[in-house]
Amino acid sequence: MKFSTYTKYTLIAALLAGPSFATAAEMPSPEEMWEIIQQQQREIEALKRGQQDNAEKVEAAAELAEESQKGAVGAASWAENTQLGGYGELHYNNLDSKDEIDFARFVLFFGHQFTDRLRFWSEVELEHAVSGDGEEGEVELEQAYVEYDITANHHAKAGLFLLPVGILNETHEPPTFYGVERNPIETNIIPTTWWVGGAALNGEVAAGWSYDVGIHEGMKTSADSRYAVRSGRQKTSKADANDLAGTARIKWTGMAGVELAASVQYQSDMTQGNDPDAGHAWLFETHADIQRGPFGFRALYARWDLDGDGPESLGADEQVGFYIEPSFKITPKWGVFARYNQWDNQAGDSDSDTEKKQVNAGVNFWPHPDVVLKADVQQQDNEGDSKNDNGWNLGVGYQF
Amino acid sequence: MLRKLFIFLLPTLVCSALLAEAVYQEPEDFLSETFAGKVPEPAVIWLSGERKAVTKQLLGHRYPSLRVRYWRDQQRSAWILEEIGKDLPITIGLVVNDGLLEQIKVLVFRESRGWEIRHSFFTDQFKGAQLDQSNGLDRDIDGISGATLSVRAMKKMATLALFLDAELRKEDVAPTP
Repeated sequence: MKFSTYTKYTLIAALLAGPSFATAAEMPSPEEMWEIIQQQQREIEALKRGQQDNAEKVEAAAELAEESQKGAVGAASWAENTQLGGYGELHYNNLDSKDEIDFARFVLFFGHQFTDRLRFWSEVELEHAVSGDGEEGEVELEQAYVEYDITANHHAKAGLFLLPVGILNETHEPPTFYGVERNPIETNIIPTTWWVGGAALNGEVAAGWSYDVGIHEGMKTSADSRYAVRSGRQKTSKADANDLAGTARIKWTGMAGVELAASVQYQSDMTQGNDPDAGHAWLFETHADIQRGPFGFRALYARWDLDGDGPESLGADEQVGFYIEPSFKITPKWGVFARYNQWDNQAGDSDSDTEKKQVNAGVNFWPHPDVVLKADVQQQDNEGDSKNDNGWNLGVGYQF
Repeated sequence: MLRKLFIFLLPTLVCSALLAEAVYQEPEDFLSETFAGKVPEPAVIWLSGERKAVTKQLLGHRYPSLRVRYWRDQQRSAWILEEIGKDLPITIGLVVNDGLLEQIKVLVFRESRGWEIRHSFFTDQFKGAQLDQSNGLDRDIDGISGATLSVRAMKKMATLALFLDAELRKEDVAPTP
């Protein structure tokens, strides 16, 4: 089929011109375009305002949720400023002296922040699960003091507090040390847990150097207990305050993982004036506590010197002990240790056979940093009539 | 009797005589120092979804906020974070530079023990630390005896800042060549 030249041109012109004619017919006028643009601008502004409103609402909701989360909404101000914590430990001892299971300690901490610089701290302990007449256990108040920040680096406290002596006395939560039972030196020479009523200052004097100094109730031992220091704790329970005591410590923690410390204590009368044959006493203690990478090492030496003929006649004028404890963390969850302990509460009499030696070795497993399972064996080599107490121990402990 | 009264009251008298702030560095000063006086506008990162879950895993508890404020200039981000050591929150300033921990500093310490964590002999261990494959620090940090919980709080905050910085950098758009 053939088209004439005229017909071709007509068709091409119609095809090209057709759309243009249609667009021109539908295009809004400039006035209409201006109206559309203004309408769109109003919608953009409205959307912006809505977005801003939404952002503000989200911000307000988030702030409310965060405050609620922190307990600021609907909670009393004392609750917001009050802290709760605790620790506990269950022991199983399979020793020559006993085969028993005992919930040795159940402890709760309560603290309250009065202001940024004034706070209260307390520790209540139930020992051996059941207390009361004829029961094995005791309920004890081991800390209850008010502390004030004199400056950022110096603090004062008054009340009932733990003495700054040794490694375990102030820090004895089960996940923090090896061995089911606390070591015998910080039991028989330093009578951990050792708390007193009084007043104290502590703080930092230079980078890594800190001090503690305090005045507090004294010991009250007697000849009946061979002047053993552990029996002399008055536990701030209607404590005899005739003769006070003073304790000071200097501590260096100037390298990560290293603590070196020395404490000295003066007791003005170890029997509170009840024994004319006894008098003042001095305690000297020093220790190293090192944890560098997986390697750990603890060593402690403590010695009492008691004045008077009474202690001297029993050899209790010198009571001394030490231990060394290397350890190794195989993984962050598994650690092994060995400890050599030696102590004598009647070391003043060189002729008597009262020295005790004990070796412990065992393992700690931390399924969580605040939970520990422990196992260890102990072997004693005691002089004289003291029977050796050998065997093994299992334990579980926690802190929060 | 008077002697005893005096020795018990002595600490109180000393308290009254001395006054000072218990703040090592104000957060504003830390930011100003970090950015040489030109502190960028703060922004927030929301702890939602997977980020919330990872944060809880890192800290062992929920972070006490729905979002975390930060200040960022190029590849450096600064964070002011708080974590309880034993009883009270420790305020810590951190700077992350291109995924590496450039600085960690105790700004406010409210606990009565464990203040040694603020010293450089301890904080220097964190310099250059980064996250490992399991969102932990790539190195061992030696602790401080008697300050276990404060040390743990510092490690958690270092890990959290590195994680959140990594989240920010994930959202960065790569420049067009």
